Amino acid sequence: MEAIILQVLNGLDKGSAYALIALGLTLIFGTLGVVNFAHGALFMMGAFVAVTVKRLLGTSYEVVDETRTDFLGNPMTIDTPYVVSWFGESVGNAMVDWAVPLSVLIAIPIMAVIGVAIERGLIKHFYKRPHADQILVTFGLAIVLQEIIKAFYGANPIPTPAPSAFTGSFDIGQLFGFDPFAIMYPYWRLVYFGFSAIIIAAVFAFLQFTTFGMVVRAGMADRETVGLLGIDIDRRFVIVFAIAAVVAGLAGVMYTPILSPNYHMGMDFLVLSFVVVVVGGMGSLGGAVLAGFLLGILQSFASMSAIIELVPGINQVIIYLVAVIVLLTRPRGLLGRKGVMED
Amino acid sequence: MSKGNFTRRNMLKSGAVTGAALAVPTIFTGRVWADAHTGFTNAPGDSSVTLGFNVPQTGAYADEGADELRAFQLAVKHLNGEGDGGMLNTFSSSALDGTGILGRRVEYVTGDTQTSSDAARSSARSMIERDGAIMISGGSSSGVAIAVQGLCQDAGVIFMAGLTHSNDTTGKDRRANGFRHFFNTEQSGRALAPILEAAYGTDRRAYHLTADYTWGWSQQRSMQTYTEDMGWETTNAVLTPVGAGDFSSYITPVANSGADLLILNHYGGDMVNSLTQAVQFGLRDLQVDGVNFEIVVPLYSELMARGAGSNIAGILGSQNWDWKIENERGDRYAGTNAFVQSFGQEYGFPPSQAAQTCYAQTMLYADAVSRGGSFNPCSVVEALEGFEFDGLGNGPTLYRADDHQCFKDVVVVRGKENPENEFDLVEIVDITSREDATYATDHPDFAGGDLGTCNPGA
Repeated sequence: MEAIILQVLNGLDKGSAYALIALGLTLIFGTLGVVNFAHGALFMMGAFVAVTVKRLLGTSYEVVDETRTDFLGNPMTIDTPYVVSWFGESVGNAMVDWAVPLSVLIAIPIMAVIGVAIERGLIKHFYKRPHADQILVTFGLAIVLQEIIKAFYGANPIPTPAPSAFTGSFDIGQLFGFDPFAIMYPYWRLVYFGFSAIIIAAVFAFLQFTTFGMVVRAGMADRETVGLLGIDIDRRFVIVFAIAAVVAGLAGVMYTPILSPNYHMGMDFLVLSFVVVVVGGMGSLGGAVLAGFLLGILQSFASMSAIIELVPGINQVIIYLVAVIVLLTRPRGLLGRKGVMED
Repeated sequence: MSKGNFTRRNMLKSGAVTGAALAVPTIFTGRVWADAHTGFTNAPGDSSVTLGFNVPQTGAYADEGADELRAFQLAVKHLNGEGDGGMLNTFSSSALDGTGILGRRVEYVTGDTQTSSDAARSSARSMIERDGAIMISGGSSSGVAIAVQGLCQDAGVIFMAGLTHSNDTTGKDRRANGFRHFFNTEQSGRALAPILEAAYGTDRRAYHLTADYTWGWSQQRSMQTYTEDMGWETTNAVLTPVGAGDFSSYITPVANSGADLLILNHYGGDMVNSLTQAVQFGLRDLQVDGVNFEIVVPLYSELMARGAGSNIAGILGSQNWDWKIENERGDRYAGTNAFVQSFGQEYGFPPSQAAQTCYAQTMLYADAVSRGGSFNPCSVVEALEGFEFDGLGNGPTLYRADDHQCFKDVVVVRGKENPENEFDLVEIVDITSREDATYATDHPDFAGGDLGTCNPGA
């Protein structure tokens, strides 16, 4: 039982990342009609916002300590971050320690600007072009963004840990009457799940309870009619794209302590997220979230040794297997609407 | 009466042919190879010789690859008489004098294996065919090393393996043109078993997480053999994809499996991730039937320790070499300090075991060419087989002729509880002597391979 609960928790974590990326993808596809293959790159860029903020906060000056020697026998140099000098030891060190959560605040405007720049600079020219053209150009954009990050940050993963207050694990099992240590789960993964749930709820609330959201939903239901009503679609397109970019970016920022950021992490998540979107139903926000969590959980269960022993290699193909089964039995996906991506 | 063909001309011809045939067994020896500067793949000109360094610059083993490349560049510098000479000053052989190799300046080209056999073969082929590399070195993944070793054998160049730890590299996949300085999983098992028994007793239930390729399988097999021999039970062994990143799905079942010890047959970035996640999931806080849950990392490195940070504290493992070994264990490991000084001055931090093995391999190749007097791969093979040397940091070492495997002392280490600085993360617990780490040539884990004969290529 404990093992099952743990795999469900693992699945919720993976599913959170899939769901957040798939949510943005669906938002863009549903309103703009664009298949955005650069969306994984936006997730990756969010992660690198956190890396950059962490580096900036940790920028140090060197002080030579004559009383200690380094491995070559030379006087040792001690690195002291500028923020420690400026704000004092406790505040300065806390700022360095809390770099990832602080990055969330900085990532919102940065990712919004990146989103606007991509939409205005590139995507808008492809609204009336076939999906194949959109896929090619956004895939190309993803590669360009990936290579820019590689050129600046290198190819290797960059460890970006969570604040020390969130290292270690929490005994969830005891809350539900299990033995001590039966269900231990890392604090930060719980934070990530909670954060994702808040973001998903916020996006849904925004679409449900604001006038802007109502127009977006109307646009997702019938784009042409909304245009005929004289609504400035262009302005809304930009905002929708920016929101999707921010959601993907925040998913990336908060994911950095779980998996050290690297330049191709976006591509790794993008393929899975597209499967999530297709399984959930193209254009369905609820479907994207549902499929994200569902596939995350299934993937976790497929990684259990008992399951792998039974069906070797199932952990590598489970998501695609589910996609095939769903599409064969329900071509529109779990919550897909009729007419989307259909002739 | 038949007329015989017994003329003076025919007799001379027959004599020449017979003489040549009788001379065959002695043709393929040093002096004759030395005179043959052509007739083999990528024979160098008079001014320079090109070496190919094929390392992972991306992927799960990229940190090791970066350090390997640093060491290769330093070795080239020293071979060309630049810098402080490093281990050239301590190497027991005196064939190298800092004037390149056989008077030719050493140049090099690099490739990115991407920790993938296909990419590694492709970059090695390019270095051989396009850049004229006469020797390929590097690695960091046994799968890659075995693939490139096979390619080098076919192409007729020497492969001086970098970091490759699978038994198969000098076992079932050994080749005449390939040589390994690094130790292997059998040697790790022999070194670790007595230390693990002393630390954790004879009644343990071990759970293995294993990288799903030749090295992982080899490492798991060796650890299982030696730990089960001392009474441990293997509760489960799960294969994990290389470069998986998030190992949480594989780690979470461990806590409730009944195991009280986890053996992580992972290396490089994968080990950093799996160990960090194992600690995050609370395994080190766990008690199973009254005993503390423990983690073992059979193949250790300082680079991994740096990546894993404080999570590595108290964890046992084995190493091919450690940068502190001469300071802590004396002159037997001469060469270590010279190398650390040279590497540290150049790059600002101490070298990893990956760096040391690659530096040593470059020196050993250059030395073999110099002693044999030729770049011909068959001359190099002859010079390296059965070669006894010292002064490269590992103590007295033998390049065994039967399998082209080096035999030397093996270091058992533990992550430091209270490191003084970011380079002082590993403490040397014990050293298993070369004699104890040596296995028989007919060891079953190394069976099925055939060195074949050296291939000089073109």
